[in-house]
Amino acid sequence: MTRKSLPLIEAGEAAPGAPERPLDPARRAFLRTAAAGSAVAALSSCGLDMEDFLRKHFKELSPAELGRVLAKVEQRNQARFGRKTTVRADGPRPGVEFGYGLDLSRCVGCRRCVYACVRENNQSREHPQIHWIRVLEMEKEHGVDLAHSEIYYEAEGVPRPGKFYFPVQCQQCRNPPCVKACPTQATWKEKDGIVVIDYDWCIGCRCCMSACPYGARHFNWATPNLPAAELNPDQHYLGNRPRPKGVVEKCTFCIQRTRQGRYPACVEVCPVGARKFGNLLDPESEIRKVMETKRVFVFKEELATHPQFYYFYAT
Amino acid sequence: MSGIFDFLRGCLRQVRGGRAYQAWVAALLTMIAVGIVSYVHQARIGLIATNMRDQVSWAFYVGNFTFLVGVAAAAVLLVIPAYVYQWKPIKEVVVLGELLAISALTMCLLFIAVDMGRPDRALHIMPFVGTPNWPRSMLTWDALVLHVYLIINLVLVLYLLFKTYRGETYDKRIFLPLVLISIPASISTHTVTAFLYNGMAARPYWNASILAPRFIASAFCSGPAVMLILFQVLRRAFKFDIKDEAIWKIAELMAYAMFLNLFLLGAELFKEYYSATEHLLYTEYFWSGIGPHRALVPYAWLSLACSVIAFVLFLIPGTRRNFFTLNLGCLLIWAGVYIEKGMGLIIPGMTPDTLGEIYEYTPTRMEWGVAAGVFGVGFLVFTLLVKIAVPILVGTFRAPRGAPAPSPAEAAGTIP
Amino acid sequence: MGHWMAWARESALALALALAASPAAGAEAARPAGGPGTKAEARPEVLVEAEAPPFSEGIFPCSSCHADLEKNGTRRELAFHDEQQSIFSHDAEHRWCLDCHDLQNRDVLRLANGAHVPFTESYRLCGQCHGDKFRDWRAGVHGKRVGMWDGPKTYFLCVNCHNPHSPRFKGVEEVVVGGKKTVAPTLTLIKPEPRPHRPEEMRP
Repeated sequence: MTRKSLPLIEAGEAAPGAPERPLDPARRAFLRTAAAGSAVAALSSCGLDMEDFLRKHFKELSPAELGRVLAKVEQRNQARFGRKTTVRADGPRPGVEFGYGLDLSRCVGCRRCVYACVRENNQSREHPQIHWIRVLEMEKEHGVDLAHSEIYYEAEGVPRPGKFYFPVQCQQCRNPPCVKACPTQATWKEKDGIVVIDYDWCIGCRCCMSACPYGARHFNWATPNLPAAELNPDQHYLGNRPRPKGVVEKCTFCIQRTRQGRYPACVEVCPVGARKFGNLLDPESEIRKVMETKRVFVFKEELATHPQFYYFYAT
Repeated sequence: MSGIFDFLRGCLRQVRGGRAYQAWVAALLTMIAVGIVSYVHQARIGLIATNMRDQVSWAFYVGNFTFLVGVAAAAVLLVIPAYVYQWKPIKEVVVLGELLAISALTMCLLFIAVDMGRPDRALHIMPFVGTPNWPRSMLTWDALVLHVYLIINLVLVLYLLFKTYRGETYDKRIFLPLVLISIPASISTHTVTAFLYNGMAARPYWNASILAPRFIASAFCSGPAVMLILFQVLRRAFKFDIKDEAIWKIAELMAYAMFLNLFLLGAELFKEYYSATEHLLYTEYFWSGIGPHRALVPYAWLSLACSVIAFVLFLIPGTRRNFFTLNLGCLLIWAGVYIEKGMGLIIPGMTPDTLGEIYEYTPTRMEWGVAAGVFGVGFLVFTLLVKIAVPILVGTFRAPRGAPAPSPAEAAGTIP
Repeated sequence: MGHWMAWARESALALALALAASPAAGAEAARPAGGPGTKAEARPEVLVEAEAPPFSEGIFPCSSCHADLEKNGTRRELAFHDEQQSIFSHDAEHRWCLDCHDLQNRDVLRLANGAHVPFTESYRLCGQCHGDKFRDWRAGVHGKRVGMWDGPKTYFLCVNCHNPHSPRFKGVEEVVVGGKKTVAPTLTLIKPEPRPHRPEEMRP
């Protein structure tokens, strides 16, 4: 699905095929107008933002409506953090299917990726502390065995003897259980493979969190604590814009960077080059080279989620 | 339709009562007040006020919801003998089962509402104004069947009571199809709730085909326990003529359901302990703990003990017919199934979590407060409904004009 | 230091050529470096850069001392460069300094056939023995690249992570060389960032 998005994105790109619609638009439009009249009267007295309350699903927004939504998000950022931000909604590029490679023979468990992600993606720092990447310390003699893993390891230097490190984040599954479980279609999979969440549509039921086999989805148990000075102002509506209380969030392959052709923050910061990223459909990409020359596996393969995140051993 | 206003006025009169009743209602209102205060606190600062975290993201509220869906489904244990087998002694009391279902469903919907991170966005799940993920999301199915079952019960109860109030007989062509539909509707509520958990491959403790049959079995063996106690209360307080036979027959059906519940539990335990794959961890956490993590172990064995003792008490005709042991059994089975299906289902499903981490969850005081409020609402709804329904059924609450006040015998005859 | 800056710029082009050229020795006409690719289908050569080699402070250019010193090719223990000598573990049994450093001109490295490579292209030297790593590195599978998955990238040199005198990876740190930020290997393991908060440590 290509977004009919703002003109500065994808100039000259033709939209291949119609966008997917959650429900027949004509019928919904009629009912929404009927509902809208009564709702406006009833609720405007409560000070609720009417356009927000009656907003359509993200995939049904016209370009004008999307522009207004993005402008509103920027205004809210200004009010909340006192800083100017840019919130885009770039769509997926045609001919791109993202693939991520993680070299288990290289990861040393330094957690630089965890905190680079936190800074890039504007996560709550504490109460709740949200990390989209969780690094598991595992024992070499047990292999990849969750029952013998430890997330809370501390050390003066890594790797610790006899241990190896297994970072986990959203696997952007091709058969995502979270998308299946979500009752409101607040989360869906885009054409380039990124599973996204509309933070303004999520009702916070946490079905997706129960359904995710990788513990990759995280909940804003309280209003996020994000210092204004540390805000990353370069934002994507479906990615790193600051979230409200009571919604779910997760790794989006740094959608605000990767849709502009940049590497995700975790890939760039990894000091040992354990993280690989690129377009699986490009035969020259590093991720394709990984797939073709290394022993690749996926996590919890028996669940047939078909992730776009691959683990491998380079040696 | 002016009769409606008279009816409503009459209902308001019915909800007044004596000292004991007032004390009971006052206690419930206190619980509700506690619930409101707790929920306001939670709504203000967020669900961080609970002890739920990413590692255990569903807990006390969802556990209570699951148990109560079972209670709601249990009305069918009265409906089937009454309408499918035309067993008259139970026919008189079916409506009370439906009132229980309505109260339980109210509590279910409230528990879901207090568990949601953004209840202000509830519109997003509704058809036409929102974008429900139909038909793939089991929660949309759950929302649908719960509301359908609630509406069926409300229509049945209102229709029946209003007709009886006016001294008229109900129209079988309207009434019976709805009643018969309520049977699959009831079973589907609990089956769909089971599927909600069952369908999650990420949670091996839930991802077992046996989950839906276990849900039905535990629903049928625990839900009607409330009814049995209620019937005895009504017989004393309102001279409501409920035959011993009816009570004993329900208890007998519950005994079979209890056996099935224990059998299915045994089947699950065999599979887990004998195959002894890594999936055993979750069952182990519940029954014997993992390392120092043993918070749920006493409750697991307590639940089993309650269920087994209750089964024995209900199975032996002597103890089944003795009202002391019968009531004891009712309390025991409620306790047993409450633990087994509430926290005993949700917490082990998430402990260890998907990355092998163990976080031991126990509810905070605030969560108890909110739960108390929800139970207060449910019991209050049930109390008020019963307070209105029983006089109608017994014959002391009738339409003022035109309709003759039938004798209790006639009332028994017009009661479907 | 001025030499080094010019060489860094030259090496950008050289690296592009190195990556475009086939593994066989001998220069071939490579496709000219083009602009950043925006589509996966069209494949103009992607402009790449290399990170700067992490020289120790003041050590380069080597000829500032060695131009006047005697050129002695005998394998021995050196009086200077103890920083490298004390940690030397790069096949120490068989190799010593002048297997990689050129005897006549210390400002370059030497390949097995005696050809010179600048320090900014040291990967060509490493790749002679570590061919599989070199192949993986050029493809982006080994080592680190930053920039655009779909456009210009910056490759980290072998020596940005592996101290050539003690190549087994231990840790890395950011350093400033000649006014430019780059990355250098360390002799100590990386200290991990703080552990995440436990769920019970999260309070309202």
